[in-house]
Amino acid sequence: MVPDSAAPIRLREDGKDIDRAGVSFVCDPFDEIGIAQAIGLQETRRDVRETVALAIGPAGAREALWTAIGMGIGRGVHVCDAGLDMRDELLLARVAAAAVRADSERFDLILCGKQSIDNDAGEFGPALAECLDVPHVGAATHLELSDDGTRLTARRSGESADETVECSLPAVVTCERGLAEPRYVALTRLMRAKRSPIQVLTLAELGVSIRSEARCEVVSLDSPPPRPPCRMLEGTPEAMARQLVDLLRQEARVV
Amino acid sequence: MTGHGDILLFIEQRGGAVHPASRQLFAPAEHLARQWGRRVAACVVGAGAVGAAEQAARFGAEDILTVEHPCLEVYSPLLYSRAVCAAVEAARPAVLLLAATAMGRDLAPRVAVRLDAALVTDCFELSASGDRLRCRRSLYGGRLVATCEVPPGRLRIASVRPGVYAEPQTGSAAAPSVRRVQFMRQASDLRQRSRAVPRSSQGVRELEDADVVCAGGWALGSAKNFGILYELAEVLDAAVGASRAAVDAGYQPRSRQVGLTGKRVSPRLYMAFGIDGSMQHLAGMSGSKVIVAVNSRREAPIFQVATYGCVADLFTLVPLLTREFKATLKQS
Repeated sequence: MVPDSAAPIRLREDGKDIDRAGVSFVCDPFDEIGIAQAIGLQETRRDVRETVALAIGPAGAREALWTAIGMGIGRGVHVCDAGLDMRDELLLARVAAAAVRADSERFDLILCGKQSIDNDAGEFGPALAECLDVPHVGAATHLELSDDGTRLTARRSGESADETVECSLPAVVTCERGLAEPRYVALTRLMRAKRSPIQVLTLAELGVSIRSEARCEVVSLDSPPPRPPCRMLEGTPEAMARQLVDLLRQEARVV
Repeated sequence: MTGHGDILLFIEQRGGAVHPASRQLFAPAEHLARQWGRRVAACVVGAGAVGAAEQAARFGAEDILTVEHPCLEVYSPLLYSRAVCAAVEAARPAVLLLAATAMGRDLAPRVAVRLDAALVTDCFELSASGDRLRCRRSLYGGRLVATCEVPPGRLRIASVRPGVYAEPQTGSAAAPSVRRVQFMRQASDLRQRSRAVPRSSQGVRELEDADVVCAGGWALGSAKNFGILYELAEVLDAAVGASRAAVDAGYQPRSRQVGLTGKRVSPRLYMAFGIDGSMQHLAGMSGSKVIVAVNSRREAPIFQVATYGCVADLFTLVPLLTREFKATLKQS
């Protein structure tokens, strides 16, 4: 769950986190792509046994599971803990790996967003793959499973070329925009999803301990330094073009 | 002397040429090395490692580790994370720095988990605060800046946002030590295989490796009309970007989308044509050094982040800019 990107963000008084009161939280848009991809596979293939959505976080994280189930995911698992630092993605990956192992004997494919729009770190997916010792494909834009369901082929953008990646399952794929179109949740389906049972796991049940000392301590959160006011150019289009080229070359020296 | 406690840089290279974003790692690395009385070391992985190692030496690396094996020719997270771990185990650094490129972002978390390290990604500023590593990075699509500190005691990994630090001056190589790290292929590596597929980029740069970006919005009106931006981009050796609205309308491929749910870029110069500047778009480009906005509406929010602004019809102004740049760049 992430704060709605259209909503304003306020800082907490101690300046170390955002003020979560009154902020509406929504399912991360990159995670929604993963949800849509999983449902797409379930709809088009006979060998998909089940789809499961996993959420980690305080009680409110359950809403993301309702959204996923409303979209068409089979069932939800919630690792419920109010004390987890949701910014420590390596820790979240350890928790998720333990939950995946505890929930089912076998998994074939784990889909997650390439990054979350609040933390902007993108550590979770590759870290989860490493915790589970399986391959991963980062920021995939296309995904196909082999007919026998043992391998995947994915596409991703590298630095200067696209990459085609083939790998065996089980694997983790992190989702880039374009991989699948997020599903719409009808209100009636969302209401029905809220009545479906959700399995709740605790950190104690998973045998995961939260580290006592923080590896990375957030000292402060601030607004970004303001940019200097915009210099508006005047005159005819010809004059503007000449002036702009001059400024970019002589003053800003960026061309 | 072994390099315990050095600042180790993962140098990304292609065919022996060091990636610009990796060159930019030397400035923060030297700053940290000076503060802590340590050296800058570098590790280079893959075919062409020797050529890139020579360049790394000229940029100031005193200890260089190469990891070479035919299987390392194309990036694969399984192979490369093992290669970087091997280099870290050989160098025993205090800090490992990577560029937050597509590769660096993909690689760093795996390395951090395997080595039980602390990790901070996409930093735009690194400094020493006593013996702690102080990192500044953006959150919430650039709407907040976090300052965090990582204490010593375990390996600290940070990735650095491309385009923030300047590239180093090349000095004369002061005969650094170059060590080759043993690397063997394992059966488990075969679980994954990657292949590079050249992109048809219409002759302009990709967003990830451009110093200048010319971006267009929905106002461009069609895929064909984006042609005027491609002409300008060619003159400036720039990449073409697009807003989410323009991508959703099918004017440009998704690989060119800049924004919260697209690519995040911080080039030297970002030119936004017909882009209003929604939160969605600003999240992807507000870290750019110089921003030019051309929009027909004076009240468009893009002007709040722009360095230079023109209230103008982009279809008139863009061809004029292309002509003007062509003329002046030819003279110089």
